[in-house]
Amino acid sequence: MNMIITILEQGLIYGILALGVYITYKILDFPDLTVDGSFPLGASVTAMLITRGVNPYLTLPIAFGVGVLAGVCTGLIHVKCKVRDLLSGIIMMTALWSINLYIAGTANVPLFSQKTIFKNDFTSSIFKGALAPYATLIIVLIIALVCKVLLDAYLRTKSGFLLRAVGDNDTLVTSLAKDEGNVKILGLALANGLVSLAGAVFCQEQRVFEISMGTGAIVIGLASVIIGTSLFKNLSFLKATTAVLIGSIIYKACVAIAIRQFEPQSMKLITAVLFLVILILSMDRKKKVKTNA
Amino acid sequence: MLELREIQKYYNPGTVNEMCLFQGFNLKVEQGQFVSVVGSNGSGKTSMLNIICGSIPIEAGQILINGDDITKKKEYIRNQKIGRVYQNPAVGTCPSMTILENMSLADNKGKLYGLSLGINRQRKEHYRELLAQLGLGLEDKLDVKVGSLSGGQRQAMALLMSTMTPIEFLILDEHTAALDPKTAQLIMELTDKIVKEKKLTTIMVTHNLRYAVEYGNRLIMMHQGECIIDKAGIEKEKMETEDILKRFNEISIECGN
Repeated sequence: MNMIITILEQGLIYGILALGVYITYKILDFPDLTVDGSFPLGASVTAMLITRGVNPYLTLPIAFGVGVLAGVCTGLIHVKCKVRDLLSGIIMMTALWSINLYIAGTANVPLFSQKTIFKNDFTSSIFKGALAPYATLIIVLIIALVCKVLLDAYLRTKSGFLLRAVGDNDTLVTSLAKDEGNVKILGLALANGLVSLAGAVFCQEQRVFEISMGTGAIVIGLASVIIGTSLFKNLSFLKATTAVLIGSIIYKACVAIAIRQFEPQSMKLITAVLFLVILILSMDRKKKVKTNA
Repeated sequence: MLELREIQKYYNPGTVNEMCLFQGFNLKVEQGQFVSVVGSNGSGKTSMLNIICGSIPIEAGQILINGDDITKKKEYIRNQKIGRVYQNPAVGTCPSMTILENMSLADNKGKLYGLSLGINRQRKEHYRELLAQLGLGLEDKLDVKVGSLSGGQRQAMALLMSTMTPIEFLILDEHTAALDPKTAQLIMELTDKIVKEKKLTTIMVTHNLRYAVEYGNRLIMMHQGECIIDKAGIEKEKMETEDILKRFNEISIECGN
């Protein structure tokens, strides 16, 4: 039971990250490695604010805002300096490592004695008795759902239409008298805002900031997006954003089951192998569709 | 009115492969003119369109729209007044979005793409009417993704989408070349109808000499970056496909083909 709750909690937190990766990978068609830096960026900002006594709920919008800035930087490097998409992400990811250390002060900030969005006077007054073990899960679920609903709503606006168009056919955006570069920057900003928000929630759930917590974040995000979208692509009533959240939970469950059989240090290896298997399986599906069609 | 003045365009400047395409190219297209442009491959037809739209830079010269110099303006800013349909039907539409979403997107050209709802339900009937005049049955498929339509259907949509909002110029870059003869004819008739209805100043590049002769009120033949035939009005009406074909053969002999 405990394991299931942990899987759901972490799956949903990484689900927020996966929503961000969904914007860049699926909508913009932009392989954005900034994620490995912007995830701990949200965490470092949160750790720094919480240890200074800032209201933990305030850290969420601030972390989102800081992530937006990181995304805008990646976008500017790509669009204005005309650096290739993959490289602009790598440049930002590398720079953010040091920036995160500056913000947090050290490589490791424990938050055990601090108030967080999960443990404060307000939550302990609401979640009492039998509800107490589910407090974290409920709060994470609310945050993830709010992100999902807002993202869905945004993708239905005119600005959201333009964002979807730019990944699909950027010539059309130019034909519509809009600068495709600006639309790309906007997409990267939103995506990294979500990723940074996920980092803020994650570090409060773990009650610690760790400089290396972002390593491999992009792989988790990509795996979640690919699992979600390829597993549920025939279910048209299920929105892609919902599929991505479920994909993230499935991914976390797979890793949790695998890790019980092996030693902890094999975690990254399992992650990589699992990702490869998922990629191959989703490719196989594509082939089948082609031969059947 | 559209004017190209003393345009100079080099490809691969500063290398051994340097090639001069335009050296002092001039063209003046009057308000409401429908110009068909023909010419062999590499004669500069598409380059001319790209220069007008700002897709490629030029070395020297001026581009004027209604007397305003737009030479330094970026492509997306010029597109406020220009609608363009490409040879490839995939370029004019968004494959992963539905017909309704594509139409809504195009309908908003020139306005702010803000946080209001992307689809305006009140305009749905209007889109339906626009699509119905194509006679392709698209009006009943509003929620179908454009990616699953055929090339001809997509090109028809691309033409509608590029002319939905008030524009002054329509640029057609071999827009019937990738279509079968029947669909090409349909698209060509639709083009003519839209151009006449909206009184658009139009430049159409085509390899179909019959279309070039039949449609439009001015005909230009390009060769090695120059206009070697330029007939408008009554002179153009007198022209036959044979005349152009003859000139084509003369060029080929000059080039040694």
